[in-house]
Amino acid sequence: MDLKEKLVSSFLAFENTIDVDSPVHDIRTEAIKTFETTGFPSKKDEAWKYTSLKSILKEDYSVFPKQQNALDYKEIQKYFIHDIDTYKIIFIDGKYSSHLSHVTHDGIDVCLMSSALNKPKYRPVIENYFNKIAPKESLTSLNTAFSNEGAYIHIPKNKLVEKPIQIIHFSTGNEAALMLQPRNLIVVDENSHVQIIERHQSLTENPVFTNSVTEIYGNKRAIVDYYKIQNDNKNASLIDNTYVDQKEQSHCLVHTFSFGGKITRNNLNFYQNGERIDSTMKGITIIGDKQHVDHNTLVHHIEPNCESHQDYKGIFSDNAIGVFNGKVVVNKEAQKTNAFQANNNILLSDKATINTKPQLEIFADDVKCSHGCTIGQLDDSALFYMKQRGIPEKEARALLMFAFSNNVLDSVKIPELKQRITKLIANKLGVNIGFDL
Amino acid sequence: MLQIKDLHASVEDKSILKGINLEVKPGEVHAIMGPNGSGKSTLASVIAGKEEYEVEKGEILLDGEDLEDLAAEERAHKGIFLSFQYPVEIPGVSVTNFMKTAINETRKAKGLEDMPAKDMLKMIREKSELLEIDRKFLSRSLNEGFSGGEKKRNEIFQMAMLEPKLAILDETDSGLDIDALRIVANGVNKLKSKDNAVVVITHYQRLLDYIVPDFVHVLYNGRIVKSGGKELAHELEEKGYDWIKEEVNS
Repeated sequence: MDLKEKLVSSFLAFENTIDVDSPVHDIRTEAIKTFETTGFPSKKDEAWKYTSLKSILKEDYSVFPKQQNALDYKEIQKYFIHDIDTYKIIFIDGKYSSHLSHVTHDGIDVCLMSSALNKPKYRPVIENYFNKIAPKESLTSLNTAFSNEGAYIHIPKNKLVEKPIQIIHFSTGNEAALMLQPRNLIVVDENSHVQIIERHQSLTENPVFTNSVTEIYGNKRAIVDYYKIQNDNKNASLIDNTYVDQKEQSHCLVHTFSFGGKITRNNLNFYQNGERIDSTMKGITIIGDKQHVDHNTLVHHIEPNCESHQDYKGIFSDNAIGVFNGKVVVNKEAQKTNAFQANNNILLSDKATINTKPQLEIFADDVKCSHGCTIGQLDDSALFYMKQRGIPEKEARALLMFAFSNNVLDSVKIPELKQRITKLIANKLGVNIGFDL
Repeated sequence: MLQIKDLHASVEDKSILKGINLEVKPGEVHAIMGPNGSGKSTLASVIAGKEEYEVEKGEILLDGEDLEDLAAEERAHKGIFLSFQYPVEIPGVSVTNFMKTAINETRKAKGLEDMPAKDMLKMIREKSELLEIDRKFLSRSLNEGFSGGEKKRNEIFQMAMLEPKLAILDETDSGLDIDALRIVANGVNKLKSKDNAVVVITHYQRLLDYIVPDFVHVLYNGRIVKSGGKELAHELEEKGYDWIKEEVNS
């Protein structure tokens, strides 16, 4: 039985475990039908031309988390931003770990999707927001069909949430192969501000396939800072589907740091439903071996006087493959739009590949839209210059790569996180940089 | 200190240096002059260990040690410093952080601990004053958007920080106005001691009014064709290089 059949036939069993009277039941039923019709995407789909899921789909995954597993905090502490106080929503093999988490209902809701879906007091929010911007696309529908657990974050208006929120999914390798489908809902009301860090971490080399969906709603003048750390091991694959709906004067920023994993696909979509909105997407990808990272972005400018900024840097070595597909749509009504997109890449080996494709669909006539992509190597004259000053080859190369990705790192607003990512990059490059850039 | 014996070097199969002999002793200042394309910058790059250049014959010794198998950074650790004709812009790395890395990597190579931050700051302050460099300048990205004069001053600032045994100044005077030239030359002169040496590569005699050489060599067509005292530089300034070319070619 292939994975699609397995998932479709599991849906009945899944229904038995949940409340069929829940308002989302019809949404789930609809979604499994969509998935059944569309199936998994293949290279024949234009949006998946450069990314094949074949090697992921062949595994025999357990599709439901079976048992509660425990982890000792000391062993996994390094995956946390632990030097500052944060809220934490932690999952182990898809199950919530109350032991490792720190949730709250004190003025804000930082808790679980499973309780939000089941408790009547959350019903208005669920009815207003759940699955409202997630499109009827195959993988998103698959996630919707099985949506049951993940992070639920609701920040009512006029709240500045000082502590960042960490969402971490661990997989322990207790299953020979595990499929996870976390579903997150983040609603930030008027004038509120929240910072969120998300990470997926497999602790063994058993195959893990995560198909995650996150819906983010930034209401009037809200500020949402979202950071994704993707530094998983070589048999862990991630399809991250993130949909951001913005209302007037809101600022939403998503940073994606992709340093590892087998196949990582980021479907990141912004919809600007209001004026004077700012949407920012930035990313640093540093991969080697046979790793594959695909950034598929969309910004939909629907109303006038809005901005979008995209800045993605990629460094590829060995046989690594990178894909950047950045689409910007400007509606006829969306005059005075400023949309910028840049994708810069460095190839460190002859066998590394980058496929980069900007896609602009502009229907308004008074707009500023720019896009640029570059593919290059490290500058030999800069390397010689640094070596002449006594900086060894490896460190000189690393310094140049840091410099290359610096303007993305620079906009990380949590200093401890910035430091952590700097360290992750240094580890990745095998150097010890004695300062923060 | 530096001995170059019958050095032949080429780049992309094009032979550029065709038998250079040169000896530089501690405390000395040597000037290497010559027309464009004579091989001056190549000589500087070969001594510093630029990989594109192939040494076909001959040897370069620093304090008796053959440099052939040493990478550029190892030569730097042994005290060779090259002030670049065209310093490279490195966006995203500040002058200060670049110097910290360079100094600590050099210390590491010598088995020393990192320089304490306090000492580093003190040194940066002293040396930047010597080169009349504004503090704000130090937090800017290395060479990015620097004027020609700022780049050269920054090169000599780095030299002051690294305290090399042998400094090679490649066309350090080009792009400098008279004030910057004075500052740079003053910096170099203050750094001179009986234990280190300076090789000044220049097309014009102008810089040599400020950094007075003990020896002047004329490089032409990959060879040192004439050597003399500082008066040779004046003669070249007056008469140009044609008489040298004629002498060599006849």
